[in-house]
Amino acid sequence: MKMIKQQLYLITCAVGLMLPMAGAHAEVDKHARNLAASCAACHGTNGHSVGGTAVLAGMDRELFVAQMKAFKSGARPATVMHQHAKGYTDEEFELLGAFFAAQKR
Amino acid sequence: MSLDRRDFLKLSMAGIAVGAFPGLAFASSEIFRKKGQRVVIVGGGFGGATAAKYIRMWSNNKIEVVLVERNAQFVSCPMSNTVLGGTRTIADLTQSYDTLKKKYGIKLVHGEVTAIDTEKQAVMLAKGHLKYDRLIIAPGVDFMFEQVGGLNAAVAEESIPHAWKAGAQTTLLRSQLEAMPDGGVFALSIPKGPYRCPPGPYERACQVASYLKNNKPKSKVLILDANPDITSKKGLFMAAWKDLYPGMIEYRANAAVTQVDVAGKVAKTEFEDVKADVLNVIPPMKAGVVASMAGVVNVDNRWCSVDFLTYESKAHKKVHVIGDAVSAALPKSGHMATSQAKVCAAAIIEMLQGRAPDQNPTIANTCYSMVSDSEAMHVANVYRFNAEKQAMVAADGGGVSAQRSETEGALAGYWLKNILDDVLM
Repeated sequence: MKMIKQQLYLITCAVGLMLPMAGAHAEVDKHARNLAASCAACHGTNGHSVGGTAVLAGMDRELFVAQMKAFKSGARPATVMHQHAKGYTDEEFELLGAFFAAQKR
Repeated sequence: MSLDRRDFLKLSMAGIAVGAFPGLAFASSEIFRKKGQRVVIVGGGFGGATAAKYIRMWSNNKIEVVLVERNAQFVSCPMSNTVLGGTRTIADLTQSYDTLKKKYGIKLVHGEVTAIDTEKQAVMLAKGHLKYDRLIIAPGVDFMFEQVGGLNAAVAEESIPHAWKAGAQTTLLRSQLEAMPDGGVFALSIPKGPYRCPPGPYERACQVASYLKNNKPKSKVLILDANPDITSKKGLFMAAWKDLYPGMIEYRANAAVTQVDVAGKVAKTEFEDVKADVLNVIPPMKAGVVASMAGVVNVDNRWCSVDFLTYESKAHKKVHVIGDAVSAALPKSGHMATSQAKVCAAAIIEMLQGRAPDQNPTIANTCYSMVSDSEAMHVANVYRFNAEKQAMVAADGGGVSAQRSETEGALAGYWLKNILDDVLM
């Protein structure tokens, strides 16, 4: 009985830990996922490029955000990316960065 | 959740109605017995195939997807102008639907849709019908042959191809180019916008000129444009024509072709008759005919208006429209069709669970144009939902290449590789 109670407690804890994340971030994550989906034409599904462009899946979040900001400001020259970067907000860079960082390489 | 009971009642009523008055629609048998929640998608091009894959992927395969497509294989329209230039063949642009079936469990039905019953929520084919909870219409474009006297679908297939859907007509146009004498005229007629792929006709002029320059250098490309000016990447195209094909490409604005003499290969505009050796008339376009069957063509008798949060038709509930058929200030491009498809897929998944869709869709578009056998240039934009205007609006900062380059030529190839992988694999 005690074992079961302990296990239940552990499960409750685990669920308790997971729920706030799911509750607070589920919508945000989906919006990030939806934002990221448009990048796939050049960078592959979920950032898994199959050639010629940066693999965004698994990229370090801060590096991603820094690169996007550099494209936006013009600090990093580009053929296309400066034009895309200017269309997104810094908050969206953070969402995109978190989404791509969470994708398995 | 009040929705559930009402819907249940409605469905029951529909059930009774069908039972009591078995209409023509349900005289046929059900192709796949519908059990759980199902989305039927008509049209397996860039938009439709993407919606199919993403609904499966994002719903963890919980929503059933049936994709109806008339062609056995997927042929990419983007980059198909390079078949005319000679750097690609149609086979290079052709892919199978097998991965969508095997990896994602999408049910594929090959066949022509004959009718759509939005009341009974069913799609009819010769071999039976399919019931749906949500329907996505991704019909691409059809051609308004009636606006060009002498032209019709059969003529286009046999002698005056539009080649504006990649496939047999692209190959026919290439063989006509190969058979053309040196010193001949290739006449290209561009319809008034909106049409599929705004920069496409000007890219085509480049690809034809690229072939002629190497094989028949005394020949000419004559562009008869119904529009008052070059509609996309104007400066870049004019520079490419001047630098790469000097004296070869002649451009005429406000030159809508209204009549063709099929046997004589003559294109008639308001001002002149143009005799050509190869005649490539791209007729005006409208939403693919399947959209009419669903009763969702409600803009100028040509296009479909949608809610940009969900791509649900403004004409019929539970029917969504994506891609070239949509009326919007968005380019009719392959990338745009895939981006719309993903917004639509995400929204349908939420709506089928009684939740609100993403209220802030933001999508991107990149279109490359190959101006020679190795160089390309692009146009790129981000489009954001504007709640006040209830429209997708281009964000600041988008634009075209600084100049054409071989780097972009390579990137264009990788764009194709990645987008095909995203759509089909």
